[in-house]
Amino acid sequence: MLRRRIIPCLDVADGRVVKGTRFVDLVDEGDPPELAARYADEGADELVFLDISAAPEGRSTLLDIVERTARRAFIPLTVGGGVRTVDDMRQVLRAGADKVSLNTAAVQNPALISGCAAAFGRQAVVVAIDARVATGADISAPTWDVLVRGGRDETALDAVGWAVQAAELGAGELLVTSIDRDGTRSGYDTALLRAITDRVSVPVIASGGAAGPQDFVDAVVAGGADAVLAASIFHRRIHTIGAVKQALADAGIPVRLSMGVGS
Amino acid sequence: MTTGRRDRTLRVAVVDYGAGNLVSIDQALTFVGAEVLVATSASDLDRADAVIVPGVGAAAPAMDRLARAGLVDPLLRWIALGRPYLGICLGLQLLFDGSDEDGASTFGVIPGRTVILAEAPTLPHIGWNQVERRHEHTLFTGIDDGEDLYFVHSYAGRPEGPGAGSVTLAETTHGSTFVSAIDHGNVLGVQFHPERSGGAGLRLLGNFTRWATALAAGAGAERSPVGAGGTAGGD
Repeated sequence: MLRRRIIPCLDVADGRVVKGTRFVDLVDEGDPPELAARYADEGADELVFLDISAAPEGRSTLLDIVERTARRAFIPLTVGGGVRTVDDMRQVLRAGADKVSLNTAAVQNPALISGCAAAFGRQAVVVAIDARVATGADISAPTWDVLVRGGRDETALDAVGWAVQAAELGAGELLVTSIDRDGTRSGYDTALLRAITDRVSVPVIASGGAAGPQDFVDAVVAGGADAVLAASIFHRRIHTIGAVKQALADAGIPVRLSMGVGS
Repeated sequence: MTTGRRDRTLRVAVVDYGAGNLVSIDQALTFVGAEVLVATSASDLDRADAVIVPGVGAAAPAMDRLARAGLVDPLLRWIALGRPYLGICLGLQLLFDGSDEDGASTFGVIPGRTVILAEAPTLPHIGWNQVERRHEHTLFTGIDDGEDLYFVHSYAGRPEGPGAGSVTLAETTHGSTFVSAIDHGNVLGVQFHPERSGGAGLRLLGNFTRWATALAAGAGAERSPVGAGGTAGGD
């Protein structure tokens, strides 16, 4: 049976892992390959790197980090941030990524999704969606807006509609982040997740809001997520990956409990 | 061709046809003690003891790139000569007659076709899933039956004909059950990614190098000169 995945996320800025609250107030959390190897050892099922440094010179740094990480952690690696063309994606894959995550560039140019899927297969294309409850939305039946540029810019897109469109265009997976919850430790937005998982057949990764193991269980059971991503609670060792997986197993959710291997 | 491949590190040619990440397979093979040669042309195979064809994505562009690199016939000849071969993911699917994904004709080494995963609750099938053995093989030595290994695909090869049962080395279920490893003499294939499957995956690649070393030693002694022509397909 397919296991539900636990995925530590490493937000990388200028070569370091950072973490902020609602995408601002960044705090240094460590060296990317170092953390990646630790998580692989602790049983992480995958890793996600999101390059949040806007500076163009960050690109070569990122590719170097991707390769150093791929050489230390024998688990899958998804890399996002700054991929705007099929050729950008090729470079990131050549550096050692297994999947590439598209966000702002896909909103601005949806054909990028189909182009990348045609070139590398849809299984290598993750579309990341940053969603925020729409202003004035009815709390009993909310809708969500898509934001881009790290949550800074609003768009006219509805998050559920965009998720459906992205999957149709060739996304093999969706990484759904609640900007309302990100960094707040108030739990995943399970209503957002459920609204999307009910409408698409591709795997959905839940992101934004983890405080404790029960939140991961809720993301899977209430939200229908196939994988659950978190950052600061792992970086700061508030909870271990093992403890989270044990909570999922105790709730009857299939997880991989075998040992990981790192460096 | 080189001969006499005892008493030194196994040289594994990893076929590079521009499809993506070779870093992880290179690192994983190095970790288990193999020497990796990245093969972009037929002559690169001459120095190798074993061949691995990795890859993800669709069959037609892969066959097109292999053909443009002049690698299709040399790979078929390699297989026909009984030399050690491992296909990973798309590299496994290419061993069949053809793919339903895009109608491509593929190697035709194993009777059958690459078909979409039927009744899958999610597609692509992404993540760790159990690999259940249908017979024993060195490839899985020291790996638990039902071990979780990492998959990322929507299609899988389906063996057909009288040999279908015997080539099926392992199966996995995602909706319906599909073949996740094949054993066809000197040709092995896995639908999962051992290079991305943590400790169990590394163990499998280590097993592959030992199996390939033994096979290369035997096949090296028996190998006859390659005949004219490049029609070494089939079996």
